[in-house]
Amino acid sequence: MKNIELTIDGKIVSVEQGKSVLDAALENGVDIPHICYDPRLTPTGSCRLCLVEIEGQRGLQTSCSRIAEEGMVVSTETKEIAKSRKSTLELMISEHRMVCATCDADGDCLLQDYAYRYHVNEDRFPKIKPKVKVPNFTNYHKAIQYDPTKCVRCMRCVKICEEVQGANAITLRERAGQVLVTTAFNTDLRDSSCESCGQCVGVCPVGAMTNKPAVKLGKVKDLEKVLTTCVYCGVGCQLELNVDRKNNRLVKVTSTPGIIPNDGNTCVKGRFGMDFIGSPERLTHPLIKENGEFRKASWDEALSLVVSKLSSLKAEFGPDALASFSSAKTTNEDNYVMQRFTRAVLGTNNIDHCARLCHASTVTGLAKSFGSGAMTNSIAEIRKAPVIFVIGSNTTENHPVIGITIRQAVRSGDTQLILADPRKISLSGDAGIYMQHKPGTDVALVNAMMNVIISEGLEDKEFIETRTEDYDLVRKAVERFTPEMAAGICGVSAKSIRESARIYAKASAASIIYSMGITQHATGTDNVLSLANLAMLTGNVGKENAGVNPLRGQNNVQGACDMGALPDVYPGYQKVDLPEAQAKFQKAWNAELSIKPGLTVVEIMHAAEAKEIRGIYIVGENPMLSDPDLNHVRQALTALDFLVVQDIFLTETAELADVVLPATSFAEKDGTFTNTERRVQRVRKALDPPGEAREDWRVICDVANRMGYEMDFEDASAIQDEIASLAPIYGGITYDRLTGVGLQWPCHDKNHPGTKFLHSKKFSRGKGKFYQVDYIPPQELPDEEYPFILTTGRMLEHWHTGTMTRRSKVLDYLEPEGFIELNPEDAVKLGVSEGGVLKVKSRRGEIDVPARITEKVFPGCVFLTFHFKENPANALTIAALDPIAKIPEFKACAVSIHA
Amino acid sequence: MRDKKLKNYEDLKSLHKEIDEEKSKVKSRVLVCMTGCRAKGAEELARTFREKLDVPGMEEIEVVDVGCHGQCSRAPLIMIEPEELLYGDVKPKDVDEIIEETLINGRVIPRLCAEVEGRAAAKAPDIPFYSGQERDVLKNCGRIDPQKIEDAVAAGSYDAAAKALTTLSPEDVITIVKDSGLRGRGGAGFPTGLKWGFAQQAAGNEKYLICNADEGDPGAFMDRALLEGTPHQVIEGMLIAAYAIGANNGFIYVRAEYPIAVEHVTMALEQAREYGLLGNNILNSGFDFDIQLRKGAGAFVCGEETALIASLEGKRGMPRPRPPFPANAGFRGKPTNINNVETLANIPLIIEEGSEAFHAKGNEGGRGTKIFALAGKVKETGLVEVPMGTTLRQIVFDVGGGVPDGHTFKAAQIGGPSGGCVPAQHLDLPLDYESVKEVGAIMGSGGLVVMDDRTCMVDVARFFLEFTQKESCGKCVPCRVGTRQLADILNKICDGKGEPKDLKKLESLAKEVKAGSLCGLGQTAPNPVLTTLEFFRDEYEAHINEKRCPAGVCKELISFSITVDDCIGCGLCKKACPVDAITGDSKQPHFIDPDACIKCGACHEVCPTNAVVIS
Repeated sequence: MKNIELTIDGKIVSVEQGKSVLDAALENGVDIPHICYDPRLTPTGSCRLCLVEIEGQRGLQTSCSRIAEEGMVVSTETKEIAKSRKSTLELMISEHRMVCATCDADGDCLLQDYAYRYHVNEDRFPKIKPKVKVPNFTNYHKAIQYDPTKCVRCMRCVKICEEVQGANAITLRERAGQVLVTTAFNTDLRDSSCESCGQCVGVCPVGAMTNKPAVKLGKVKDLEKVLTTCVYCGVGCQLELNVDRKNNRLVKVTSTPGIIPNDGNTCVKGRFGMDFIGSPERLTHPLIKENGEFRKASWDEALSLVVSKLSSLKAEFGPDALASFSSAKTTNEDNYVMQRFTRAVLGTNNIDHCARLCHASTVTGLAKSFGSGAMTNSIAEIRKAPVIFVIGSNTTENHPVIGITIRQAVRSGDTQLILADPRKISLSGDAGIYMQHKPGTDVALVNAMMNVIISEGLEDKEFIETRTEDYDLVRKAVERFTPEMAAGICGVSAKSIRESARIYAKASAASIIYSMGITQHATGTDNVLSLANLAMLTGNVGKENAGVNPLRGQNNVQGACDMGALPDVYPGYQKVDLPEAQAKFQKAWNAELSIKPGLTVVEIMHAAEAKEIRGIYIVGENPMLSDPDLNHVRQALTALDFLVVQDIFLTETAELADVVLPATSFAEKDGTFTNTERRVQRVRKALDPPGEAREDWRVICDVANRMGYEMDFEDASAIQDEIASLAPIYGGITYDRLTGVGLQWPCHDKNHPGTKFLHSKKFSRGKGKFYQVDYIPPQELPDEEYPFILTTGRMLEHWHTGTMTRRSKVLDYLEPEGFIELNPEDAVKLGVSEGGVLKVKSRRGEIDVPARITEKVFPGCVFLTFHFKENPANALTIAALDPIAKIPEFKACAVSIHA
Repeated sequence: MRDKKLKNYEDLKSLHKEIDEEKSKVKSRVLVCMTGCRAKGAEELARTFREKLDVPGMEEIEVVDVGCHGQCSRAPLIMIEPEELLYGDVKPKDVDEIIEETLINGRVIPRLCAEVEGRAAAKAPDIPFYSGQERDVLKNCGRIDPQKIEDAVAAGSYDAAAKALTTLSPEDVITIVKDSGLRGRGGAGFPTGLKWGFAQQAAGNEKYLICNADEGDPGAFMDRALLEGTPHQVIEGMLIAAYAIGANNGFIYVRAEYPIAVEHVTMALEQAREYGLLGNNILNSGFDFDIQLRKGAGAFVCGEETALIASLEGKRGMPRPRPPFPANAGFRGKPTNINNVETLANIPLIIEEGSEAFHAKGNEGGRGTKIFALAGKVKETGLVEVPMGTTLRQIVFDVGGGVPDGHTFKAAQIGGPSGGCVPAQHLDLPLDYESVKEVGAIMGSGGLVVMDDRTCMVDVARFFLEFTQKESCGKCVPCRVGTRQLADILNKICDGKGEPKDLKKLESLAKEVKAGSLCGLGQTAPNPVLTTLEFFRDEYEAHINEKRCPAGVCKELISFSITVDDCIGCGLCKKACPVDAITGDSKQPHFIDPDACIKCGACHEVCPTNAVVIS
């Protein structure tokens, strides 16, 4: 982008072409007052405070809407301007109830700031009260409160809801002085299209839209904002924890525009779902189980027990009788220390974590095709992609901030969206082409798209020629996948397949976005390989705004993998079975290391049941809800000789433990998370931990030291330095470089700027490799006894096993209980009405769950989330594994339903 | 049925000829205004004519529903052709006589004619209301059946468009319009040719043309009359404009409160499509254009172009700051040209007669003619078309016949709620864009309300501010809150609670609202306050300092009483009083109970001896 120069208040300043005069001023330290402006929104021009004089122009101009031009001469603070601003502020105050003493926005209110700056006469005009004739639409909402008497009608909330969030939940009603913010037809906010993201609260420049749970908890002057990374999904939103240090409590969460990846945007969990931190149910002391009951223990006693048990099991059954589960919720530093402990102290590679359950197939698949298993491009590029192909990702619910980016891109008219998903998810409304394919038929669908591309000559021959190998394999493999043939398998029209293929192939750049709809299958690796094939076929890898972009589930699942919390790799994906790697780490860690790759999560469970694994150390994982076939998991965990669980709550898994160790939450520690776009971002301590809870890595170091292995770090930063020294992709990443927007790996050295998109000139593995992928149906298909296909997933308001979100008041209010989605046709057949409890059975278990009748799912298909312990979806799912990635088939199994 | 589609200019010409031949078979035509005059019984009148003429021997007399004849004060008004006799206040009972006397025997009926200096005047040139006008744009209004494209074609419609599309380049058209000096008739007076040039030069192939028919000024009905009376003239103007700027899609955004206009335009669009005057490859010119009609939902602010566009896009009708101007980023972000109805109705004229002829009319402050909706305290009300630069005096006194009932002219409100009040001292002000601005008013769309000594100027300002306040979209602060505060101060003054400092407050706030508001609505809303403050400050002072309303309008400042000596005890006032505040026996003086009186003025109006006085 070109820069232009203009003069503002006598000073020549430079700004990117296309930016507004207001942007130019703000970027150059000239604080033009503005109330309706937000950098994320189209200019509104309604507050009339940013008026400036532009030489040669009649009257005053709104600087927010005027594009800066070369040579413009702007005055921002003349007598006339000041007079106009003062008058406007006085008018604003006449309709604003000035009750600063009791207002939560006191100290963070633009009206207050400007009123002071221009020293307005608060009494110049008599107060005007709008005659509010309708009930307040926020009265029953637990998170958001609108106060029309404080509203300055700047429209920021309405516009962010429309232009950024795309929820279109709120609007203006009435005219003139009666203008109010409300929902369409003034329905209660709960009944509107509101996604409870609280963006309206975030943008309100005064105290009209408030964060209800934070009311009365603390004034701005008493709060400290600590910038950190969100603990929920892999987007890695930068959030500010507003904490009251005196009372050691979190008051609210805010986010500031201008910081990637989320640009001030948050979802409902990020903004309103953090109160679990202060939950009274937090673990505050170590617990030891005696006679089936937990009792409080001291750290010394608990650690001694852990050490003696682990040591004796190791001595008796050998190192490979032990295993550990690391955690995608904890920091890179915690994960690094945990895997080092497992490998160097326990002496085994039996370490894994929940990445196995979400993106193991991504890691294996993309590593095979490209050479590294991560999102190829950046989140910011999505907004600019001419075509986006979303498959198996309910993005607006599971990666909400990326979801809204897709929505914005499509609604701007610049981007075409192709969507393939067995459920009619919210994005289907925005998709140019939506294909509701049957669960587990992804390979057939993608192969057919490739068939069209090749038969119509739309492939990128030069890219195939110069950048890839084994093209013939895929050409042959897809030959028989005509759109008509695939249509029969997938249950979508051949026409849609053809059109999608053409749109995708003809785009100047096309981005594939996928998530667990692709990975959580027994054919997960195949699914990923076929998407990689599709991208390479059209030259959509290694270029901007394109790529193959798996959206990682957990906040730090990317990091936990990067750190080597996997059974086959050391930090930075260095293979454990490579003697050079073994030698390198033996030297660095000063320990004997096993060259034998370890077991994966589900394999560990199987081995535990078979008594091959005797002891497990679990940090921050809850397999008792997250893993498939829970009855089997329970048997495995109870068969163990010793189970230690380190967590922040007494989870369903911790209840089975012999020793429970209290850990700190993300708000109580320093560290880093690596988000889905490979961006390493800081986590900063905002609060003191409750009771005696300790950081995970310190506890693990203590255990290691007590087991006779010296492992000490001064702080989290020192751990990162060690990671940098051993994992080349993290080679240049140190805390002093993470003060701004983080760094995207690969970042090889101190001077490396990080990598926005991968494989640009060369694939990580050299040439991109095509694989022949054939369609294999899901392992368990519906039959007479179990006639429904069950698919599982997550929802916007809850996270995984609900450990955190179900302890959040707002989230619990929004979605208090589990449900099964079923099509109205099936509901009629079963004779069940909305909310009626159904018994759902599979070959592995059964649950009772209320019905939610919706056309989101097609007849014959039902959907469950796995958040609710009362009706756990995973009691039903099948532990069929992908042969390479060992990821279970969460997305398809057969069930029967009984009213 | 044969395909009506006109394939080229020649087809249009031969159609014209065909229709002319057809028309020559008709001996007489009775043109009944079926638009505004409907309110005064025109429908029944036309029906009566048709019934009575539906007898053998009367086949050569045609009754035609037409648009507005202009002189609304004489509604229902009819014209009889070929003599061009204008009969006003015609009742169904007059029909027999008209048929017998005029249509059969060719005699004029004096009592139905206009009275001019005691004599009956039957034809327009003899009636000052018409003789003072130059009806160019309204030429066909009231003379053709707006529901028939054949009538329009016979009157020359689409000739100009055919000429433009087949013989002129878009650049030529723009040059002609530029040279003509035509300025936007919607209010702001921006040079039309220049505006077209911007849209034509804007990047992109997808362009739009919008006809702004959201005529919202109270008392203004110029655009309504054109759409109702000569819809094809507007469509033709759009066709030429679209050709000039390169737009293939057009919209007519019309108020839903104009059902007859909606009906006629809808019909006209269908007919134009049927004749191939809209659609693809119009008259074999290679140019495609079609128009959709969209109805507004009654928001005054949607007359503002950016608000109108927002409304068309399905959004809340609120304006946005300019630039970018619609010429560059309008409907759905594409280059868009918006013109007012009257502006577009001028276009065929200009193409037909050439830019010089158009330019010759008017003055430096504006070229061509302007249509005004003359209303208020004036003898002859209705639609008036005069050359730009005609003085206020000519319009009010020569055309309008002056103030009735012996009252004196006080001021004229020009330009609707956005305009200003022009006092008697400026009666010789030429009405053109520039001169009007000099006295603090704006040309606006052409509303012209005459006020006399019975009008309170503070009350007028209050009325208009209440209007703009209600119609403010509420987006920007100065308009949303500022007009409310202005209206509140005016209400306070009218209620007799004004304080001396209020005048200064009023003045400074009015100026601040004008300078600070986002769109034209807020920027002009204070005009009625500022002009009345300038020209009628004494009335404000009387309200504030003496608690007196000189015009006897402001209820809180007046009281009604009956002068005993003048009262004849007829009881009319007692009957008229809605709250039984008047007592008195027959033939005896009556009295008003001041506590019960609601100051509605009903007694004052009915009193035959002017015994009811306002003080």
